[in-house]
Amino acid sequence: MLTRRSFIHATGAAGALAALGFPNMAFAGANTTRRFVFIIQRGAADGLSIVAPTGDPAFSGLRGDFAQDSAGGAGLNAFFTLHPALAQTAQLYSAGQALFVHAVASPYRDRSHFDGQNVLETGGSAAYRLKDGWMNRLLGLLPASEAKALALSSTVPMALRGSHEVLSYANSQLPSPSDDLLSRVTSLYANDQQLHALWNAALETRMQAGDPMQGGAGQNGAATGALAAKMLLGEGARIAMIETNGWDTHSAQRGRLNAQLRNLDQLLTSLKSGLGTEWSNTLVVVATEFGRTARPNGTGGTDHGQASAAMLLGGAVSGGKVFADWPGLSNGALYEGRDLRPTMDLDCLIAGALAQHYALDPARVQTALFPESRANPVRQRLIVA
Amino acid sequence: MLATTIALNRFGLGARLDERSPTDPKNWLLQQLGRFEPRPQALAQVPARAQVVEQLGDYLAEQRMQGRQKRVQPAAMPSEGSPQQNAADPLRRYLRQSIREDYLAMNSARLEAALTSQSPFVERLVHFWANHFAVSVDKLPVIGLAGLLEFEAIRPHVLGRFQDMLLAVEQHPAMLVYLDQAQSIGPDSQAGQFIAMRGGKQRGLNENLAREIMELHTLGVRTGYSQADVTEFARALTGWTVSGLGRGPAARMIGGTPGQFQFATILHEPGRRTIIGKSYAQSGEEQARAVLLDLASSPATARHLATKLARHFAGDDPPQALVDRLSRAFLASGGDLPTLYRTLIESPEPWSPQPLKFKNPWEWSVSALRAIGLRSLEPMPAAAVLKQLGQPTWQPGSPAGWDDIAASWAGPDALVRRVEVSQRLADRAGSSVDARALAEKLFPDSLSETTRTAIARAESPADGLALLLVSPEFVRR
Repeated sequence: MLTRRSFIHATGAAGALAALGFPNMAFAGANTTRRFVFIIQRGAADGLSIVAPTGDPAFSGLRGDFAQDSAGGAGLNAFFTLHPALAQTAQLYSAGQALFVHAVASPYRDRSHFDGQNVLETGGSAAYRLKDGWMNRLLGLLPASEAKALALSSTVPMALRGSHEVLSYANSQLPSPSDDLLSRVTSLYANDQQLHALWNAALETRMQAGDPMQGGAGQNGAATGALAAKMLLGEGARIAMIETNGWDTHSAQRGRLNAQLRNLDQLLTSLKSGLGTEWSNTLVVVATEFGRTARPNGTGGTDHGQASAAMLLGGAVSGGKVFADWPGLSNGALYEGRDLRPTMDLDCLIAGALAQHYALDPARVQTALFPESRANPVRQRLIVA
Repeated sequence: MLATTIALNRFGLGARLDERSPTDPKNWLLQQLGRFEPRPQALAQVPARAQVVEQLGDYLAEQRMQGRQKRVQPAAMPSEGSPQQNAADPLRRYLRQSIREDYLAMNSARLEAALTSQSPFVERLVHFWANHFAVSVDKLPVIGLAGLLEFEAIRPHVLGRFQDMLLAVEQHPAMLVYLDQAQSIGPDSQAGQFIAMRGGKQRGLNENLAREIMELHTLGVRTGYSQADVTEFARALTGWTVSGLGRGPAARMIGGTPGQFQFATILHEPGRRTIIGKSYAQSGEEQARAVLLDLASSPATARHLATKLARHFAGDDPPQALVDRLSRAFLASGGDLPTLYRTLIESPEPWSPQPLKFKNPWEWSVSALRAIGLRSLEPMPAAAVLKQLGQPTWQPGSPAGWDDIAASWAGPDALVRRVEVSQRLADRAGSSVDARALAEKLFPDSLSETTRTAIARAESPADGLALLLVSPEFVRR
C-alpha cells in the first residue's frame, strides 16, 4: 500500500530539480503538483472511427466507406490506426505521451445519453444512484494543495458536483449555440411549417454573414485548451473538467467526426503548449458515455452503441501503447449483434490511472470513486513511475 | 392541448417546475381573481416615486440652467469633452442613476413578480394593461417612471373598474411626462396670459395626451371623434401636471411632494368645453375627469378593449362572437374588469385546443424561467436578456405598445436568439432538470413525437432542455 511517504517520493522530481539548482521550482510548491484534466465527449463518440481496428479482418467489410478514413491515419501498432484528424495526438503517441484504451465502457448497458452520462459522471453502477460525481470524491483523497477543481463551463457538471467546493469558469466569448444544437433545432422544426421556414431563413442569413455560429464551450478547441492551461497554472485549480459536445453523429459522420476530432486535437495541443513544463505532471483522460453501432446506418452515421475508445494523454502518461482485450467485430462477437462488446471497465481504467498519478492505493481510489464497482482497478503501468 | 395546459400557458404565464398542475382549470383561474397581490414581496425594494421624480427634476433644472448659460454667453462655453464638463454632465449622471437604480431594478422586480406569483393569470393581465397604457423609456425622462406606472396605476386596479385604472394612469407622472401633458398650458390660463404678455417663447397647448387617450386608451382610432374634439379635450386637460419637475416660481406655486399628481389652476384653460357633442361645464380638474369617465363607458371603448383582450387570449384574428360577448359584458357591468375576465374564462373561444398565439419574448422568457423552476434571472440582467430577444421592457417605442400578433415576433433572427438564450438557460440549469420529464409535465397530451424524440436524443441534458424551450409547443401558447 502506498502511503503519504511514497506519495512524496512519487513527486520527487521537484526535489531533484531543486538539487540541480532550480530553487524557484522547488519553492513554488503549487507549481510542482500534479494536474488532472477530464475531457468528456458528450453524445457518444465513435471509438471505432477514432482508434480504428484496421487489423480486424471484419473491419473494412463492416465499416464500408468509413474504413477509408483510416487511410491517412497514424498506425499505432499492427492492429490499430488513429484517425488522421488527430495528427498532433499521434505525435504525442510517438513521444510516449498518449495511451489508447479500446473496447472500454462504463457499467451502463443501455442507450440513453442522459442516463449514460449520469453513470459516467457519478461513477455509479446505474443512472441516478449516486448524487455526487467521482471527480468531486477524488478531491477528498488529495492533499489540500491539489484538491482544487475547476469546471470550464458556466455550471458545474455532474462529475464535479458534491460536498467539495469546485470552481466554474466560462469564457464569456464562448457561449453561443453549438452546430450540433443548431442542426437539432432544424430537425425539431422539420414538421412545423412556420418555424421551419423561419429557421431556414435564419441559418441562410447567418451563413451569408459569415458567422458559422461556432464557439460553444469546447467547440473552439484551441481557445478552450489555452484557457484550461491558464487556469491550471494559476492558484485556483489543479484539476479541470472540459465538456465537449457534438459527438452524436447519427448522420454525415465522416465530415462531422473529422471536425470534432480536429477540434479535440487542437484543444490537446493548446493545453500542452499552455501548460509548458507542467505538461510533464499532467494526466488528461478523454472518455465518452458509450460507443456507437459497429455498422453505419442509412444516413451516413452511426447509432447509439456500447463500447468505445478512451485516451490517456500527458507528460505523466506512460504512453505509446494501446490497451485492449479485443472482442472482435464478427457478427457473433458484436454485443447484441450490433455494437462493439465492452471488455474493459472504464471505471477501473480511471481508478487505476488516478491511483498511479497521485500515488494512492488503487483499491482505495476504486472504492471512493466507484463505490458500487466490484472490479479491480487497472494495474498495468499507465503513468510514468 | 388539455384544459389544464391551456389554463397554465394561454391564461397563465406557464407551468412552474416546482408547482402542481391545477385539477380544475377554470376554478383555478377564477380563484386567482381573489388572491392577487397588487404589491407582492418582489416589488418591495422598488425605488419610491418621490425619489425618482426628484432626480428627474434635478436633471431637468440643470438642463435648463445649461441652456440659459448657452444663450447668455455662447462664447464662454467650455469646449466639448473638457473634464469639468464631463464630470458635471447632468445627462450622464441622470442616465447612470435612473438606468441603474431605477430601470434595471424595476425590470428585475417585474420579472420576479411574474416568476413567483400565485396568480399568474392576473399577472398576465397586468402585463396586458401595462402594454395597453404603454409608455416608452426611449424618452429619457420616462426611464425611471415606466415601471412605476405599472406598479402604481395598473396593479392596484387590474381587478377594479376600467375607469379607475384609466384615471390612475392619466394622472400618473409617467404618462403625464411621456405624452407631454405636464407642460401643456392653456392659452387663456393665467400662465398662458403671462407668457403672452412677456412675449416669451411659444409655449402652450399640447394635444399629445388627449389624442392618445382617445385613439389608444379608450375609443380607438377612427371611431368618430374629430380633430376639434382632440383639441377641446386637450384644453380640458390643461392643469393636469406633476409636482417636482420644475424649479421656478410656477413650480413653487404648484407645490406638493415630488411625483404627486397636481391640478395647477394657473395652467388650466378656463371655460366650457364641447367634446363629441357633449358640453362640459365643470371647472378645474373635474372637467377632464368627467370627459375621461364618459370615454371610459363609451361603446367604442368597450369594442376596442374587447377586441384587444380577445386577440390576446383567442388568436391574432379575434373571433367576432367573443369580441361581442366581452363588449356587452363591459358595458353591462360598467367596465368591471373581473366581469370581463370571467366572461373570457367562461367563453369557449380561448379554450381552443390548438395553440392560438406565438409567445412574445417577454412571455417566452417568463414561461421558460418558470418551466425550469427559477425565481430570478440573476446574475443575468433581465433587461439585457429581453433586449437581446427583441422586447426591451417598457420600451415599445410608441404609445401604441407592443403588437400582439405573431407576425411581429416570429422572425428568423428572433428564433436564433431564443435558441441562444435557451442554451444559456439550459447550461445554467445543467443536469438538474430532466427535460424529458419536464416536457411531459408541460404538455401532458400535446407533446409531439418530433419534440419528444429530439429531446430524448439530445446529446446532453442541457441540450435536451434547450430544445424543449425552443420547441414548437413551447414557443406558442
